[in-house]
Amino acid sequence: MATSTPVKKARRSLIWLGVIIVGLIAINTAAVLFGGGSWTPKLGLDLEGGTQIILAPKLETGQTVTDDQLNQAVSIIRQRVDSSGVSESEISTSGNNIVVAIPGKLDNDTKNRIQSSAKLELRPVLVAGAPTDAAANGSTSPTPTATPSEAPRSTPTVSPTNGSDLNWVTPALQDQYDNLDCSKVSTTNVAPAEEPLVTCDDGGQVKYILGPVEVDGADIKDASAGVIQTSQGGSTGQWAINLVFNDKGTKDFGDVSQRLYGLKSQSPLDQFAFVLDGKVLSAPAMNGVITDGKPQITGNFDQKSAQALADQLKFGALPISFTVQSSDTITATLGAAQLQSGIIAGIIGLLLVFIYTLFQYRLLGTVTIISLVVAAIITYLSITILSWYQGYRLSLAGVAGLIVAIGFTADSFIVYFERVRDELRDGRGLVGAVESGWKRALRTIYASKATNLLAAIVLFVVAVGSVQGFAFTLGLTTVIDVIIVVLFTHPMLQLLAQTKFFSSGNPWSGLDPTALGAVYRGRAEFRKPSASVPVGKAASASREAAKRQTIAERKASELAAVGTQKTSDTSKKGEEN
Amino acid sequence: MASRLTEFGNDLYTGKRSFDFVGKRRTWFIIVGALVLISILIPVLRGGFNLGIEFRGGSQFQITGVENAQPKPAEDAVSSTVPNAVAHVTIVGGGSGVRVQTDQLTTAETKDVADALAQAYDVTDADVASSFIGPVWGADITRQTIQGLVVFIVLAAIGMALYFRTWKMSIAAIIALMADLIVTTGVYGAVGFEVTPAAVIGILTILAYSLYDTVVVFDKIRENTKEDLTGTSRTFGESVNLAVNQTLVRSINTSVVAALPVASILFIGAFALGADTLRDISLALFIGILVGTWSTVFLAAPMYAMFRSSEKNVAKHDAEVLRLRRRAAGQPALDDVTV
Repeated sequence: MATSTPVKKARRSLIWLGVIIVGLIAINTAAVLFGGGSWTPKLGLDLEGGTQIILAPKLETGQTVTDDQLNQAVSIIRQRVDSSGVSESEISTSGNNIVVAIPGKLDNDTKNRIQSSAKLELRPVLVAGAPTDAAANGSTSPTPTATPSEAPRSTPTVSPTNGSDLNWVTPALQDQYDNLDCSKVSTTNVAPAEEPLVTCDDGGQVKYILGPVEVDGADIKDASAGVIQTSQGGSTGQWAINLVFNDKGTKDFGDVSQRLYGLKSQSPLDQFAFVLDGKVLSAPAMNGVITDGKPQITGNFDQKSAQALADQLKFGALPISFTVQSSDTITATLGAAQLQSGIIAGIIGLLLVFIYTLFQYRLLGTVTIISLVVAAIITYLSITILSWYQGYRLSLAGVAGLIVAIGFTADSFIVYFERVRDELRDGRGLVGAVESGWKRALRTIYASKATNLLAAIVLFVVAVGSVQGFAFTLGLTTVIDVIIVVLFTHPMLQLLAQTKFFSSGNPWSGLDPTALGAVYRGRAEFRKPSASVPVGKAASASREAAKRQTIAERKASELAAVGTQKTSDTSKKGEEN
Repeated sequence: MASRLTEFGNDLYTGKRSFDFVGKRRTWFIIVGALVLISILIPVLRGGFNLGIEFRGGSQFQITGVENAQPKPAEDAVSSTVPNAVAHVTIVGGGSGVRVQTDQLTTAETKDVADALAQAYDVTDADVASSFIGPVWGADITRQTIQGLVVFIVLAAIGMALYFRTWKMSIAAIIALMADLIVTTGVYGAVGFEVTPAAVIGILTILAYSLYDTVVVFDKIRENTKEDLTGTSRTFGESVNLAVNQTLVRSINTSVVAALPVASILFIGAFALGADTLRDISLALFIGILVGTWSTVFLAAPMYAMFRSSEKNVAKHDAEVLRLRRRAAGQPALDDVTV
């Protein structure tokens, strides 16, 4: 009997566990020192307070969102949020939805900015004018006596040659323009890219008939606000917006600028309009032919309006539009209260489990307790590191997952201890019972934990939001649970089995063979089993028992048990192999 | 108590004391069937589940830092700001918090109501939390939950069939799982708590727990029945029954240990401020852990025994065992060992 082997193995396992813990601490220390990490995990919105908005893509039936579009939308929304001065915002995807999480409260401007999902288009101006007062229009103009015999023509008689061709303006369009009420222009006011559009500017001051789209807003690479500099490099104090187009935009814009600059004398035909959400943001006149793709918009801007327009132009082109599915604001007080409740519940739960296991397993219960504490340390470190490395945030659902995990983790120990007790009942010595009980328990633990892990993974992949947070902690603790039972609980038991206190079967050890009704009491002394051996069992059972005994045990039992084969009444079968 | 349970465990292990889980399966099946039926009927009779705001859609406000809160100021604040909105006011956290749920409000209305509430309870803006939940949100979660459920059940069934080398164990485990889900959901509905995403999470966890528990017990059954067809004096059903009895102490300990932390969340969540997530999740879990543990014992294991008992070699073996046993009743046992 190689007594030293389990001890050696146990020591090796414990060293490995030590390496893991030290490694985790080292990673976290490094993260704190160099990577902006922290010793506490980041908290989710429900625990920390803040605002969470869930945006769902607006899709027509049959349409799907590609990952590319979603990622582009995320980066656009992120830029929008960041540019509004909110720091530490988190924008992520969850299924097909976009989740925007912002610490603190969200002001209405920022909210609108995030939501305004827009398509930015550049169209040439055909007609511009002061808006007609809809009410005045209705009441003062005399009712026409002769109604037109047919509806106004809606297709151009002469097909227009370019975007600025006034042939675009059909009588129908003119009619629409004449009756346009700027207060009623909504974000749904869109026209196909190759068709003209009738609309107003943002403030409802001017109304327009615009030509077809000539440059796509997505071709704007960058837009920034800046003070116009004189040729000597001095400041004029005037604000302007500097645009940078990509290659396609540069070419398209170059063509437009050439044509529009040629129409300089025929204002407003020299103007082009930036249309966002169906409304004109700005309609500057073309002051030159711009072929380098870097136009500058000047006008009556101050810093604020210049910056706002630059942002709109830069982040304007969202590939898909979104609706707000839910918006949640949690105050910091409420978050703190929830976290506190979670921690208190966790501590109470842990204490109750401690008390119960001590009651049930006596000193063996301390192994459970220490195992749980070690598991808690590793879990805490893992979560802290993951929240630094992956941006994981612990939510209330996650906390619940952790508390529930106490029970799941303790169950591995229960399965293991019960197996060891079963082996003791069969009359094994403690060291042997620990080894063979472990073999059987480990199989069960692996199989059952695999079920848990599978559930966690499926939930994590399929679910959204809070369910995901829960699945994450459930999966993490399952893995840690297996590590602990293999690298800590079992080695501890192997070592304890060597001590006199446990091997002598002290009643307080929790592994007292007498209390467990063991058949084999050591020193070749066998007690009669309490229950009768079922017929037909005896032969095979004794064969198996013999097979499973050590040489010393077998000799002893042969001596003592000659004439009776009732050495075992168990249902145990041979070892796995 | 400890020693008594230990002794109890000894007796269960040796077979000195045994509960007839397999033999009386008809009784257990009828009881389980009745429970399932009741669990389906109760929510139906109550007119469906009490769905949370996440599934109905609407606006919710939570006010913290109030002393001795009354519902009246909130009702007034809402009705004066948005006259046609119906406010549903709950006092939480022993009077230190107020929760107000209304129909869906617009952004502007939400802000106005939040301001009015802050004024009504004399707290600052920072103490009023507001949420707006579109009705799609809950539907989205539900759809994804059901997807997850189906995927998980299929994968788990395949995994278990491979591990145990018999699909009959998978079927028995999945049927028990279904019963767990239905009973847990039914009891949850009967308690009358709102069905929130947190409750859905709890019920999903029951999936994992129920199968987890079944795998532990089935692993012992697999061990006990592995060689039984070649040389044992037990019928197949008796072997299964012994395995269930041998793991009974574990089942008791596990259900207690798993239920204790959950019970503490339930207790804290029921009284503490704003911990609705904890409360809902833990209620679903609490019911589910108890149901999940005992469905393995009373439903999954006996059902597996039943599935197998009709197999030809199992039936043959059982008949042989019974024949030997009858013969043995007449004469001393030891001569009769060879089968």
